[in-house]
Amino acid sequence: MARVIVDVMLKPEILDPQGQAIARALPRLGFSGVSAVRQGKRFEVELDGPADEAALGEVRKMAETLLANTVIEDYSVRVEG
Amino acid sequence: MSAARVGVVTFPGTLDDQDAARAVRLAGAEAVPLWHADHDLKGVDAVFLPGGFSYGDYLRCGAISRFAPLMEELIPAARAGLPVLGTCNGFQILCEAHLLPGALTRNASLHYVCRDQRVRIEQTATSWTNMFGQGQEIVLPIKHGEGRYVASDETLAALEAGGHVVVRYLGNPNGSLNDIAGIRNEAGNVVGLMPHPEHAVEELVGAPSTDGLGFFTSILKKLVNA
Repeated sequence: MARVIVDVMLKPEILDPQGQAIARALPRLGFSGVSAVRQGKRFEVELDGPADEAALGEVRKMAETLLANTVIEDYSVRVEG
Repeated sequence: MSAARVGVVTFPGTLDDQDAARAVRLAGAEAVPLWHADHDLKGVDAVFLPGGFSYGDYLRCGAISRFAPLMEELIPAARAGLPVLGTCNGFQILCEAHLLPGALTRNASLHYVCRDQRVRIEQTATSWTNMFGQGQEIVLPIKHGEGRYVASDETLAALEAGGHVVVRYLGNPNGSLNDIAGIRNEAGNVVGLMPHPEHAVEELVGAPSTDGLGFFTSILKKLVNA
């Protein structure tokens, strides 16, 4: 049993109005010193077996196929633990 | 000859399929209901992918619909030349399915926009816009929260150079790059746009115009002349 984390973020050149809205809200709440916020998605993928290279390859394929739209998003895959 | 048959796809969460079918009939074609879970295009001559919130827009708009059984039939058929029009969620599905380049993201304003929108027909050499005049300005309803068209610089340049921008906003409602409201594929058989031609076919229901009918008469003309 292993948990694999897939982080999906908009590519740096794609405008992220949600992140901008969060960044604008922070000073109003008294948080200072933040120059920018980008918002993304985190997927926690529970595997039946170990997170070996084969399983991670499958997770990368999942990310490429469904979890991320690689036209506008980048993804990263890592094992939690 | 028998009437041209235009398929109208219904996914779970589709909203505009009945309006689309009605618009198809008003234009003089036969509307054929297509079901997302069927591996069957029912031999239609063209396909309309209507708007709505298929699969609740889960993950990303159109991301799940793209893998529906019907899409497994539609994607190769579209690549082989079957005329396909996607509006709103249908446009998002066509982008997710990589039948059209780029993607549709959250409106720059973060607000859902629902209004009558003036647009310009930039390209009449498609299966769906051949009845319009080049540069014709028309008014269509828009209603979306995720309609901001984005693509890489290279893709944008290729779209512009190839004349693949089909509809452009006059007064950008969502922050779309280059004011893009709709695009076509290389062959011109696949077109996607955020505005809703199927909601602008009858004055009786308070539509801002009947300009949308041109998309439906265009496909009819295309099919009759084929």
